[in-house]
Amino acid sequence: MSTATVAVARELPHGVHPAPTSFWRKYIFSVDHKVIGKQYLFYSLFMLVIGGFLAGLVRWQLAWPGKPIGFMGKLLPEGMPGGQMLPEFYNSLFTMHATIMIFFAIMPMLIGAFGNFVIPLQIGARDMAFPRLNLASFWIAVPAAVIIIWSFFVTGGAAQSGWTSYAPLSAIQPRGQTLWLLSLLILGISSLLSAVNFITTIINMRAPGMNFFRLPLTVWALFITAILLLLALPVLSGAMIMLLFDRVLGTTFFLPAGEVISGTPLTNAGGGQPLLWQHLFWFFGHPEVYIMILPAMGITSEILPVFARKPIFGYRAMAYSIMGIAGLGWIVWGHHMFQSGMNPILGTTFMISTMVIAVPSAIKTFNWLGTLWGGVIHFTTPMLMALSFVSMFVIGGLSGIFMASTPVDVFIHDTYFIVAHIHYVLFGGSLFGAFGALYFWYPKMFGRLMNERWGKIHWFVTFVTFNFVFFPMHFLGMRGMQRRIYDYSQYAHLRGLKPMNEFMTVSVFVLGAAQIILVLNFFLSMRRGRVAGSNPWHANTLEWQTSSPPPHENFDHIPTVYRGPYEYSAPERADDHWPQDEPPSGAASVGHA
Amino acid sequence: MSGEAKNSNVFRSAARTAVLGLGAALLPRLSGALPFWMKLPSGESSFSGEIDSIFNLILWITGVIFVIVEALLVIFVIRYRHREGRRARYTHGNNRVEVIWTIVPAVICVVLALVSRRVWAEIKQRMPEDAMQIEVTGEQFAWNIRYPGPDGKFGTADDIVTLNQLHFPVGQKVVVSLHSKDVIHSFFLPEFRVKQDAVPGMTTKVWFDAAHVGHWEIACAELCGLGHYRMKGFLTADSKEDFDKWLAEQAGQTPPPASSAGGPAPTPAAAPSSQAPPAPGVSPPPDGKAASPPSDRVSSANTPQEAKTSS
Amino acid sequence: MSKRLYALLVTASFLLVLTACGGKEEEEEEAPPKAAATTTTAAAPAAAPAAAPAGGGATLTGKVAFSGGAPQLEQIKMDADAYCKSAHSAPVYSQEVEVNGNGTLKDVLVFVKSGVSGTYPPPSTPVELDQKGCQYHPHIFGIQAGQSLKIVNSDGTLHNIHALPKTNAEFNIGQPFQNMTTDKKFDKPEVPLRFKCDVHKWMGAYCGVFNHPFFAVTNDQGTFEIKGLPPGNYVIEAWQEKYGPQDQNVTISGAESKSVDFAFKG
Repeated sequence: MSTATVAVARELPHGVHPAPTSFWRKYIFSVDHKVIGKQYLFYSLFMLVIGGFLAGLVRWQLAWPGKPIGFMGKLLPEGMPGGQMLPEFYNSLFTMHATIMIFFAIMPMLIGAFGNFVIPLQIGARDMAFPRLNLASFWIAVPAAVIIIWSFFVTGGAAQSGWTSYAPLSAIQPRGQTLWLLSLLILGISSLLSAVNFITTIINMRAPGMNFFRLPLTVWALFITAILLLLALPVLSGAMIMLLFDRVLGTTFFLPAGEVISGTPLTNAGGGQPLLWQHLFWFFGHPEVYIMILPAMGITSEILPVFARKPIFGYRAMAYSIMGIAGLGWIVWGHHMFQSGMNPILGTTFMISTMVIAVPSAIKTFNWLGTLWGGVIHFTTPMLMALSFVSMFVIGGLSGIFMASTPVDVFIHDTYFIVAHIHYVLFGGSLFGAFGALYFWYPKMFGRLMNERWGKIHWFVTFVTFNFVFFPMHFLGMRGMQRRIYDYSQYAHLRGLKPMNEFMTVSVFVLGAAQIILVLNFFLSMRRGRVAGSNPWHANTLEWQTSSPPPHENFDHIPTVYRGPYEYSAPERADDHWPQDEPPSGAASVGHA
Repeated sequence: MSGEAKNSNVFRSAARTAVLGLGAALLPRLSGALPFWMKLPSGESSFSGEIDSIFNLILWITGVIFVIVEALLVIFVIRYRHREGRRARYTHGNNRVEVIWTIVPAVICVVLALVSRRVWAEIKQRMPEDAMQIEVTGEQFAWNIRYPGPDGKFGTADDIVTLNQLHFPVGQKVVVSLHSKDVIHSFFLPEFRVKQDAVPGMTTKVWFDAAHVGHWEIACAELCGLGHYRMKGFLTADSKEDFDKWLAEQAGQTPPPASSAGGPAPTPAAAPSSQAPPAPGVSPPPDGKAASPPSDRVSSANTPQEAKTSS
Repeated sequence: MSKRLYALLVTASFLLVLTACGGKEEEEEEAPPKAAATTTTAAAPAAAPAAAPAGGGATLTGKVAFSGGAPQLEQIKMDADAYCKSAHSAPVYSQEVEVNGNGTLKDVLVFVKSGVSGTYPPPSTPVELDQKGCQYHPHIFGIQAGQSLKIVNSDGTLHNIHALPKTNAEFNIGQPFQNMTTDKKFDKPEVPLRFKCDVHKWMGAYCGVFNHPFFAVTNDQGTFEIKGLPPGNYVIEAWQEKYGPQDQNVTISGAESKSVDFAFKG
């Protein structure tokens, strides 16, 4: 049985490279997917904190417009002279909050951190197909983060035309916008390298017996996500290069003839279409949101069976739904553009495809409920996070139905109703999924368990304050409060919304403070957490059948897979779990080098 | 208790919770005791009711689904919590329920799409024939409103131009042709359920009408720069007489000449406040005459104008 | 380090360098303006230069006359913004051509266009540009390159101060708070340099940026005075917003007073 026994002085299995010895090769420029996964984890958690801080500043302004924040006046005097926020700085705050959260926190966490760490282990491989490409992918992501943070400090400040960066506004903004484009172009390269690596690894390096329908759903989700990334990202990169050229080289891809900016006609304007940017951006942008949610769905599908001690309900339906969501995700992009001025007939066609894509998500939700039904549920922190994912994703998904209907979207487009939806799926969905992954795989990564009590406290405060912050946004949107508004009190019909905004801001500060618990738990448990052992959760998938953390090159012997990943509480077993690589009827395991 | 009976108990209690939850949600609606922020603003146009109906239909459907799903989640989590001696049910799924819960959401979605399609076509695809035509040009950070004047044509000398003031008569349908001078703006009338992006280089159209006299605000609903939050206009529905009076008042001040590329330098008469100060944003040419004003782009839809080069 | 990794890092560094040097707007890195408002003594209206060269020099005076019909000025309607509208009880007219009662022009910028030798460091007192009643005060002014421009929003409504220079760096700063000040400066001489507010379309102001203090703006008598001019051959220019520039030659030999008149036709 290939359980976690790390032989002390063992001969290296055939084909395994010796472990690196120098500090630089071990921890900094490592080609080991586990180290790279952890590097991405630190990177994304750091950027998550920055993104959250920016959101806190946004919420401050919305609750108490014009109230100074002393230390910000010293940190960024151009945008916040005397600590008072200027409108253009507010615009850069929500722009950068979204950009950082999407590209530098959620994606690197779900895909870079957990994708890299978990995939080879779960498929029974020693590492990714292209370890050096993996190294390059991480280290290319680092200058991208440096540039995006640096853009706050250049004259004119950071990008301020929204994370969607609509032209022509984004074409005429100060220099921070150029840095934004360059940063994301660089990051795009990093993501593409990861995507190639994931796809190749999953197709080619599965252990014997690991056929596609025995893959853990985490791997399914990441596999499909990688395909989406590979195909969608280049479209964004192309569009961004065109925008960059419009800004820097005088082209006019997105600038129509006769543009007059501030009374001055543009001398080079001619022939471009602002709507072209929107089509290109959202053609990427919609698959992008599925890139962000699918890994979290996979992780939830991973965690629920483990802690309900039951097989996932409808494994094949789940796998097909992932593929359905990904496939349909290519033909719905126009639902971001219903009011954009594109032909209204397209509004109808995109509405239909958007309504249809609700169905596979509904299927998944019911299957999660089915997984819980009749289970034996253990309320560990990862389980609480996964349950929160399901309940919050339902809200986010249902609110999406409103905006899928084109006439209703006339009213709620570009209001806080959309912001509510976004945050229920991205925070309530993706981030809770990521937190679940963190608590779930932390013992595998670091060999110790995170503290359960503090984990539960973190979960509870986060869950409650999250709803306090974001549920009221549905009401703000219903009253017509637009997005990206520095001071809504300019509008008589919105002035009554201040108390609600104040409540939301106070809640967000508590939400932010609760994350300190996570940070402390994360770092302190590394040294002082309870030793985890190889399989603290008594789970079936292959990563739990090797030591915590796994040895260099993951497995003493490559396992053979005999069954699916979710065989829990099988009646013919005394034990309520059944590892994938345990041979049938206790015969000696067949190990491979 | 047998497994079957246990199951039906679960579903019975689920159903009970759902009904109670629904009732709880229903009650305040029936009694009208909802706080203002839980209600849509009162609709003013002839189609705002239809949009609100679809909103409420979706609210009901998603509300029911929400209550059922979350109730089931809570019930399962309580009922199936870990207790000594219990073992989980070993099942991999059920194809029949998969089919059911695929078809039911699909049917709901199709119904919603069909209902929505009709209203969408009415408000966005078909512009009313007998409507008053108004041109609105968004610009950082104000709305330029242009009426065609007595001759009924835009771009002629009798046009009436205002800044941020949009009046129209009650009971008369209005078609607004939207343009933008610089970046994308969005013409948003919340109470009228009107929203349409104003895109430079394009003309987009939107129509609405008012049942009552009143004053509302025009909001910009697409990020357009640092003044986006303040790009507020004033919408007034007048009685027919008041509207005619107002329009005459505006017209009484000679409007600026129609914008055209390379037109002669205008002699500014006393005019209603125009979009840009006559002083051009370019250095005055040596002969001392002001260059023609920056392109207004309001005169003809979809005709790209020659970009002016600054001398 | 492997060759491939090295190549990747070089490419990344190249891209970084590109970001630092790229961009056609704002090549110059301007130091961010000071956050706190400077509490200097209230600066005089910017027409008179703050520091004349020490020790005498000639005085140039003159008048800018206006003949022909005074153009009918556009009445500015401020109902786009309730605050601006309430700030005025009398009608407000465009300041494009301001004809004085005595047939002269107000707000004409008069300056030495060429012939100045020697360097004149910018004065330390700032020039103040105020936004009050949704109009710029002063409407036209001169400032020295490197001299501080203190832009004040005395109104309780958002103005954005959007400078549209040709050679200096453009800026566009929101000023949402009453009594907020922003400090800026221009490094290169430039005439004219326009300011506008994107929120209030009728607002406009002009300035001339000079390397020397020899500039003035005509007052409501149509006269101007430039002091301290050293001996030399000069071209004096009068610039009017609508009618453009007019040049005249002047020779200063000692510390005399010289008179230069201009005449614009309507």
